Amino acid sequence: MKTSLTQTSSTTPRNRVLAHALIGLALLAATLSIATQRDTQDAASLKGSIRIDGSSTVYPITEAVTEEFSHQAPRVNVTVGVSGTGGGFKRFCVGETAICDASRAITTSEIELAAANKVEFIELPIAYDALSIVVHPNNDWVKSISLAQVKAIYSAGGGKTWKEINPAWPDRAMKIFSPGTDSGTFDYFKEAVLGSDGKARADMSVSEDDNVLVMGVKGDRDAIGFFGLAYFEENKDKLRALPVVNATGAPVSPSASTVNDGSYPLARPLFIYVNAKAAIKPEVAAFVDFYLDKSEELLTEVGYVPLPTEIVSKVSANWKARRVGTQFVKDGKKIDGTFSKLYQ
Amino acid sequence: MSGSVIPTARRLLASRLFLTLCLAATTIAILLLGALLVSIAIEGLGSLSWRFLDSFASRKAAQAGIKAPLLGSVWVCAICALIAVPMGIGTAIYLEEFAKRSRIKRLIQLNVSNLSGVPSIVYGILALAAFVRFFGMGSGDEPWTLGNPESFWYLQCPLGPSVLAGGFTLALVILPIMIIASQEALRAVPQSLRQGALALGSTRWQVVRLVTLPAAMPTIMTGAILAMSRAIGEAAPLLVIGGFLLVFQTPTNLMSDFTVLPLQIFNWAGRPQEDFHKLAAAAIIVQLVVLVAFNSIAIVIRQKLQRPLQS
Repeated sequence: MKTSLTQTSSTTPRNRVLAHALIGLALLAATLSIATQRDTQDAASLKGSIRIDGSSTVYPITEAVTEEFSHQAPRVNVTVGVSGTGGGFKRFCVGETAICDASRAITTSEIELAAANKVEFIELPIAYDALSIVVHPNNDWVKSISLAQVKAIYSAGGGKTWKEINPAWPDRAMKIFSPGTDSGTFDYFKEAVLGSDGKARADMSVSEDDNVLVMGVKGDRDAIGFFGLAYFEENKDKLRALPVVNATGAPVSPSASTVNDGSYPLARPLFIYVNAKAAIKPEVAAFVDFYLDKSEELLTEVGYVPLPTEIVSKVSANWKARRVGTQFVKDGKKIDGTFSKLYQ
Repeated sequence: MSGSVIPTARRLLASRLFLTLCLAATTIAILLLGALLVSIAIEGLGSLSWRFLDSFASRKAAQAGIKAPLLGSVWVCAICALIAVPMGIGTAIYLEEFAKRSRIKRLIQLNVSNLSGVPSIVYGILALAAFVRFFGMGSGDEPWTLGNPESFWYLQCPLGPSVLAGGFTLALVILPIMIIASQEALRAVPQSLRQGALALGSTRWQVVRLVTLPAAMPTIMTGAILAMSRAIGEAAPLLVIGGFLLVFQTPTNLMSDFTVLPLQIFNWAGRPQEDFHKLAAAAIIVQLVVLVAFNSIAIVIRQKLQRPLQS
């Protein structure tokens, strides 16, 4: 026992070389690990998970961004659900998801829910969408439509036949399609077309899934429906988008250019909401950076309209400053004013 | 029986008529199933490839694959089977072999029968509250964790929308079916076998282990096949607990986020582009293969355990 002890503790020159080499290796490993720690900004080394849920209108953008991001940062697990804006906020406001896709601004009741769960959020508008009112391509009687006519079609107790809306139109029953009440698309439509005290009719076909609406409208000559521009763009050959009469009295078709010059009356902003606590994590920060950076080139690919540059720079400044809260609600009250005014 | 005697010719005619009706029913069912399978095969086989199995979702149909939902389904269904099958058999053994006739047993029995008819989405809502959110305990705070995220036994409370929560949810859905099927199987074992074993001095545990359970096992496994077939096709309860659609990683531990094949099929089938419909058909073929694979495990167990009652 004793002999073996002395043997191991005796330092022959050869052992000393080995010890030095070991110390050197340890130092090298230490510096390497510091280096990798410093490199966490590099996307490929990022780890963790990001949960996203919300609007089916925003989904195509988030899907494209997530797909591209997963090539850059394969070890970050990004998962995306489609529960509708309302359903997405229900999960976001209790802290279950890091990011919420939204096709309307957050509401006062959702802000209260978030506050009750100590969830703070950063509001980031990312694109414009034009609400498209669509009919069957063989519908040759409606040349353009006014907001009052759209309201007459969708209001509770509204007309049942085309003739009741406009005497020049045929005397056939309309087949009315609408996104579900949990969708931000419907909320926006209700506010912009029906008015805050308006009531939507109950006797229409409702689906949370925009594709079901596409199928419904393209299958019936007397159908009318509405959804985001992207879903129309993908189905241009099967549907016809109605020109909508704007405030100056001119009928305007939905498109990127009419949204950008402000002439199309049913353009709306789309958002992502980022949980402020999650935004501290490097993988979430990198994802949102990537989102704001790449969304412009991916937007046109999936059929949305990029925001004007002054709003984009305001949004990225808000993100860099991690500015929490919404610009649409102040002291529990909704602020009046258009989106572009609020964000300038 | 007293009364008029029915002529033989008429009785034979009735018999033949009944046979024809049964045959017609079977033929229609088989033809419908065959037509469905053939149409899916025609639409889907073209998109089936190794690349399809080994790549993640994509917005471009040509690059999209089912790696995440495929492995998600396998994980969730494996967890579901590991929980529901032993638990279902255990409950059935208790109810059939040990429980005395009592009001409590009747109450349990009534509830099990009723629960087997409850729509699966109701279980989803229950699971959302119980497993995913732990009834709101500790919400807003960081979850309590055990182990590190790299290990496969990493756990956290509440479970969140993880594969473990998904497995639990599906186990809830199929547990009543599993219990009832196992009970029927145990009831079919002749009483004389139990009495014989007891007369030879076996304890009740020995009777169950050596006589009743082996005799009932083949039928129990048939019940397990039916239950698992239901579990693998469920989308609604998993949607409620917050199953995601777009996932770019395969599950690595019990706390991983997941998606399953039915969710992916539902999404692809609903898209407007033709190409995605073909992918949906291909995914249905894969789902059928997974189902057969799961069931073959049950079939192997059935063959291994099958012992003739009289030897």
